[in-house]
Amino acid sequence: MTASSWRPGLADRRRLPAVAELRPAPGAAPLSRMLAAQALLELRLTLRRGESILLTLIIPVGLLAFFTSVDVVAVDGDRVDFLVPGVLALAVMSSAFTGLAIATGYERAYGVLKRLGASPLPRSILLAGKILAVLAVEALQVLMLVAVGFALGWNPHGPAVPAIAAVALLVLLGTAAFAGLGLLLAGTLRAEATLAAANGLWVVFLLLGGVIFPLSRLPEGLQTLGKALPTAALSDALRSVLEAGTGLPVGDVAVLVAWAAAGLSLAALTFRWE
Amino acid sequence: MTDLAVEVVGLVKSYSGVRAVDDLSLAVPPDQVTALLGPNGAGKTTAIEICEGFRRQDGGLVRVLGLDPRRDGRRLRPRVGVMLQDGGAYPSARAGEMLRLLAAHSAHPLDPALLLDALGLATCARTAYRRLSGGQRQRLSFALAIVGRPELVFLDEPTAGLDVQARRLTWEMIELLRESGVTVVLTTHAMDEAERLADSVVIIDRGQVIAAGTPAELTRGGAEGQLRFRAAPALDIDQLRLALPTSARVTERTSGQYLVEGQIDPQLLATVTAWCASNGVLPEDLRVEQRSLEDVFIDLTGSELRA
Repeated sequence: MTASSWRPGLADRRRLPAVAELRPAPGAAPLSRMLAAQALLELRLTLRRGESILLTLIIPVGLLAFFTSVDVVAVDGDRVDFLVPGVLALAVMSSAFTGLAIATGYERAYGVLKRLGASPLPRSILLAGKILAVLAVEALQVLMLVAVGFALGWNPHGPAVPAIAAVALLVLLGTAAFAGLGLLLAGTLRAEATLAAANGLWVVFLLLGGVIFPLSRLPEGLQTLGKALPTAALSDALRSVLEAGTGLPVGDVAVLVAWAAAGLSLAALTFRWE
Repeated sequence: MTDLAVEVVGLVKSYSGVRAVDDLSLAVPPDQVTALLGPNGAGKTTAIEICEGFRRQDGGLVRVLGLDPRRDGRRLRPRVGVMLQDGGAYPSARAGEMLRLLAAHSAHPLDPALLLDALGLATCARTAYRRLSGGQRQRLSFALAIVGRPELVFLDEPTAGLDVQARRLTWEMIELLRESGVTVVLTTHAMDEAERLADSVVIIDRGQVIAAGTPAELTRGGAEGQLRFRAAPALDIDQLRLALPTSARVTERTSGQYLVEGQIDPQLLATVTAWCASNGVLPEDLRVEQRSLEDVFIDLTGSELRA
């Protein structure tokens, strides 16, 4: 359409659309265009929110730098080699669980999901857009943590190419597990309750997740609980790949797959859009 | 298939035992503006949200463009524009971003920049939604409803909380939509809005349709004229009744607002003013007129406030 076909409005400088421009021309855009628009806007909004930058970038990088430099937690082996995989797991959890849950919970409360649900956008594309934006933020997190890790003397083990592929697979699996849990909270609880639960569980998962100290330092009962949670499974698996150089541990992968399957299907069953 | 844009028959919807919509039927012809008019809590929003596919009815039939809003939602959504009563945008998204997002969902959208301009939003295109004023949010919400060039739009209280200029601007756009062949269904509790915009008006109260027709049909109900004036409250109108022909009715509608209904002729007007003079009362706002939609509405729904 051309701007010149819009005529001036009454008594001001607004231009009103010509009748021909408003004539109905309904139709859904191609799915790829919708997906690109959703993912890009979600990503821009995430990077615009100060609290999500704090949660996804500043806190993980800060924890990595702090616990590498200060010898307050005893670990087996080199501290930075232990910490990088743990903080990578924390970063995935921060984006795919806490960040996603809080943002989605408020979007539900503010009627964003309702509004988008009335447009031609299929719900699957809405969710896919969110997940793509989370993956993009995770890519940024991984780059920053790897750079800071190397600067602090990190020395990953094992051959590079299979390690990168294994880390990518684990990040995807972890994202699915955490996103299922996050969407389960966001789709059922009030926004304020989602905020509290997502932050509270973030702390619990951090403490029981083998992120900055080994699970073996915890009492037996907490160890068993921790091992069943997705954060410990992800941090342990990343450590096997990056610190021990021994490849993907089947047990951890099974825990992540189970969380992903349970979380995503429960979220799909219970999610309320308004 | 039906030729109606929206067809609702015997719609019933309850919330925890209370009937919000109670055997409501509607027939919305295409290419027209239809106003659902009613007091707050009358069931307008519930009815419209069932048509939009947001809620499931407890009973009754709903057809929108010949389709079932819940079962055929995927096919229907590209053809129907929806303006929610409030909210509906990412709080940190800018007005322009939000409109471009919705435009990207449709195959042949309107130009978002030109639409913002037409709605007087060009200057706040880069303002975050949460910093927009109530009136700006309303107009953005209106833009979101029409940017995809739908053939039918549902506007839930499109001018609630707007200032006079923004309201006129929204009216202007609704009239343009109608000229362009878009079917518009709007809810309002503003009589002047329904009277000015709507080809047909459906008055809803307590979940039911209590009157429907063109504004002219509805206001013609009392074929006789009216004479109204304002004076001190609680005047002795019995005395005036005696002086007037028996066919004329005199009432004090609300405190100090008097209404004479009947064959209004010069003689009757003289009798009323003579009665005022003999009571030492100066009538203010004295006017002779047809029934307004507001009178129809008050007659039908009663004048008491609803909780």
